[in-house]
Amino acid sequence: MSTTTVPAATTHGAEAGAATTTEAWRDFVAGPWCDAINVRDFIQRNYTEYTGDSAFLAGATERTTGIWARLTAMFPEERAKGVYDIDTHVPGTITSHGAGYIDQANELIVGLQTDAPLKRAMIPNGGWRMVETSLKTYGYEPDQQVKKIFTQYRKTHNQGVFDAYPPNVRAARSSHIITGLPDAYGRGRIIGDYRRVALYGIDALIDAKKLERAELDMERSVEDVIRAREENSEQIRALQELKAMAASYGCDISGPATNAREAVQWLYFAYLGAVKEQNGAAMSLGRTSTFLDVYMARDLAEGTITEERAQELFDDFVIKLRIVRFLRTPEYDELFSGDPTWVTESIGGMGNDGRSLVTKSSFRMLNTLYNLGPAPEPNLTVLWSNELPEGFKSFCAQVSIDTSAIQYESDELIRSSCGDDGAIACCVSAMEVGKQMQFFGARVNLAKTLLYSINGGRDEVSGKQVSPISPAVAGDVLDYDDVLGKFDHLMDWLAETYVDALNCVHYMHDKYAYERLEMALHDKEILRTMACGIAGLSVVADSLSAIRYATVRPVRDETGLVVDFVTEGEFPTFGNDDDRADDIAIQVVSMFMEKIRKQKTYRNSLHTQSVLTITSNVVYGKATGNTPDGRRKGEPFAPGANPMNGRDTHGMLASALSVAKLPYTDAMDGISLTSTVVPSGLGRTREEQVANLVGLLDGYNLSDGFHVNINVLNRETLEDAMEHPEKYPQLTIRVSGYAVNFVRLTREQQLDVLSRTFHGAV
Amino acid sequence: MSISSPQRPVTPGRDREEPLALGFPEMRTAELAAARAGDVGRVHSWELVTAVDGPGTRLTLFLSGCPLRCQYCHNPDTWKMRDGEPHTVDQVMERIGRYTAVLKAMNGGVTISGGEPLLQSQFVAKVLRRCKKLGLHTALDTSGYLGVRVTDAMLEDVDLVLLDVKSGLTETYREVTGRELAPTLKFGRRLAESGTPIWARFVLVPDLTDAPANVDAVADFVAALSSVERVEVLPFHQMGRDKWRALNEPYQLETTRPPSPELVERVREQFRDRGLTVY
Repeated sequence: MSTTTVPAATTHGAEAGAATTTEAWRDFVAGPWCDAINVRDFIQRNYTEYTGDSAFLAGATERTTGIWARLTAMFPEERAKGVYDIDTHVPGTITSHGAGYIDQANELIVGLQTDAPLKRAMIPNGGWRMVETSLKTYGYEPDQQVKKIFTQYRKTHNQGVFDAYPPNVRAARSSHIITGLPDAYGRGRIIGDYRRVALYGIDALIDAKKLERAELDMERSVEDVIRAREENSEQIRALQELKAMAASYGCDISGPATNAREAVQWLYFAYLGAVKEQNGAAMSLGRTSTFLDVYMARDLAEGTITEERAQELFDDFVIKLRIVRFLRTPEYDELFSGDPTWVTESIGGMGNDGRSLVTKSSFRMLNTLYNLGPAPEPNLTVLWSNELPEGFKSFCAQVSIDTSAIQYESDELIRSSCGDDGAIACCVSAMEVGKQMQFFGARVNLAKTLLYSINGGRDEVSGKQVSPISPAVAGDVLDYDDVLGKFDHLMDWLAETYVDALNCVHYMHDKYAYERLEMALHDKEILRTMACGIAGLSVVADSLSAIRYATVRPVRDETGLVVDFVTEGEFPTFGNDDDRADDIAIQVVSMFMEKIRKQKTYRNSLHTQSVLTITSNVVYGKATGNTPDGRRKGEPFAPGANPMNGRDTHGMLASALSVAKLPYTDAMDGISLTSTVVPSGLGRTREEQVANLVGLLDGYNLSDGFHVNINVLNRETLEDAMEHPEKYPQLTIRVSGYAVNFVRLTREQQLDVLSRTFHGAV
Repeated sequence: MSISSPQRPVTPGRDREEPLALGFPEMRTAELAAARAGDVGRVHSWELVTAVDGPGTRLTLFLSGCPLRCQYCHNPDTWKMRDGEPHTVDQVMERIGRYTAVLKAMNGGVTISGGEPLLQSQFVAKVLRRCKKLGLHTALDTSGYLGVRVTDAMLEDVDLVLLDVKSGLTETYREVTGRELAPTLKFGRRLAESGTPIWARFVLVPDLTDAPANVDAVADFVAALSSVERVEVLPFHQMGRDKWRALNEPYQLETTRPPSPELVERVREQFRDRGLTVY
């Protein structure tokens, strides 16, 4: 991948204003990062690995708890009303709102999305309807002038997509076989390399973008080049606006950050600019802790900050990340529960040179969960490797046991595809920071697809012909080869329709809701992936296993539609490390990936897929009829790649090992597993619990498990929280790739969480 | 495995004592020979568990068949050897071999449980030997009732014994299990002499095993065994009730409730008083 040249640091520094580059970079080990934008190289040459334990950490100061208390006092009202406040007049852009504060005198890191905390902005570029529905839901009147702008004068992404969708996509969409498409809201899942602003300052980044533009200007004006030039102009404009936004807070970010506080502040401004004008489904942060540690370590060495202050900077930063808010509809919430923003921060991991990327700031970031209490955001993600220092592994396990707020992803697998500066967007999507982005593709409902193949393309709920007519299954007993053949055939149609939909979505998103600031913090040449996804994998695997190993008789209604199944005999199920069932799951993942790969993608993006549902396993299940595995109509699917509830009878690890078999090469956008264990299920003493959780994570990692959410909870706690939500404002649980406040889930989702396998010792 | 095959109802009380299934009466001749040699065992199920059957995360192999009929048994579906699936040692080792690296990474190992594993002691001995060859930590979960079947050579392959001392008073032991206490005591002392680490376990059932004198007797016995590393007081639970119903076995603890936290604490204290590490 080509890197972008930074104009010579010294000449640039003279123009920088606030600080000269020489001063800002004092004591840093120089290298290629000085001559071209290369944050990874900077980190590698300058970070200090930390192999000790957590004893050095500082607790929360009064200043920190004071600010946090002001916000937590506002949360009950927000929870009750759905939103705390909305600005109905000024749509959000990087510079739309004046400076806003929580407690100006005491904030170390400043900046809010609007002029007041928890006040949400409209971001209508994704679609006006979503904005208007949200406003009305929460009892606000849309500003008629704004409505006129976004309905008469300025086309939105949503309108563009529906102008282009073909009928087959519309039919697949409304029958819920293709679901959750980002066609009415921001696609998200793009990580700007926000660190660049801290390391280089805005002016150097603009200069670098101008050099890229010069290259583009040398090419002929064909469609791709024209688009790239327009995007480049937008990126430069966004950087200029970012500088203006920072100036409104009294900060000059034209030059690089000169100390730890500025590094956090510059980086946060960059992220803030992104969330001020993009209502993306997942607005992830990247991999920032170890980068920031370089500044923390320098300030500590210079004696300008103490450990307490270093922690305060992280605490203040995290407070800001916790109050990122978007205006969304209740329907959206049904899909993605608990108002998530997926401010995912990737922590730890190993470097290519064999040193771990664990620093004291990796600990500090996790320590915010103690200083501020557990919370779903930022979505703290540990890139786990058996090689990580023991002190860090134990601390992670301890934090998991205490807060249930960490997810783990395989550093080995991520490093193999993204190198050692990869980060997770959203839940499980790994990408190389600043060098790779994805076209978020939500997912298809494979369980429904299996039913379509049995019914010749008719929907099992509505009876409508959705996919082209194909022969339905005949006879009284389902035959494995017959059903598999029909399933294979139906997947051809599904893959075509699905990628068609995604191409429309992303063409229009680039056109009408381009992420100019996030993309300004990327290289010129980037890898784009077309991130497809599947839901209902364990339902499909178990259903096919039933057809193969037991006797499944279809039950038809008067129109000949198969609406139910009578399954006799035993069959192996996914989640027991039983190859008979697990091989079917593997086969299904690879089969669909193969079909996706055959499709032409927008901007020649690389095909990938995820096995992930977020919390929408409940809604997908609701829209899907009876399945041959015995699951009843409307019953939720298991989340992500999880085995079906209660069918994994050989323990949590066996269940995880089944999931670990799913081939990463055919699911490079991630494979999600959620495990819940009661504390006593991990050991008798705290030391034992920590050691055993570390062991489990090592064992899973060693078996190529990609991702796991770990909840350490008592069933009684959850039951009590359902009855008395006011007692548990911060109770955090992990579901399929992200964390949520349990009390903010719908009752249906709470029951689903409860019914899922609790792995506990009895 | 099937738990739905019809069972002969067992009459409650001491009358339910059956002759030990020493001769594998339900098997065919060829199977019988293999079983006698310990090449084939009857396996109920397996599970990967953490922190319950020994240190770390372990593969626990549940064997079928048990000479005891504990009133509180939560796995009555493991009583009858014929309900288990015949497995060769190789088959079992194939499953274990699959997890060797992972089990080691998790500081765990293999636990052989049941049922009463020593009912198939030769099979167990062969599996243990093979596990040790793989460098795995091994644990044996037993009531000790058939401890006499453990040869000295076999004992060398056992890293830990989870010794279930179901009661301390002979009469109570008989009431709880339908069998005698003495063999367990004898086996426990032998383990202590050989220096084999022991995790002693005691299931606390209100109105059955909770009498202070009974607990004192267990505690005295355990405290005298020098190789005991910890005592686990396991509060009775009703998770097994449905299995009794499914098996159509008369369940005497239908209305028994789990012990109160106060009772559990009192009992743990009785062990702690003797300087034992208690959970």
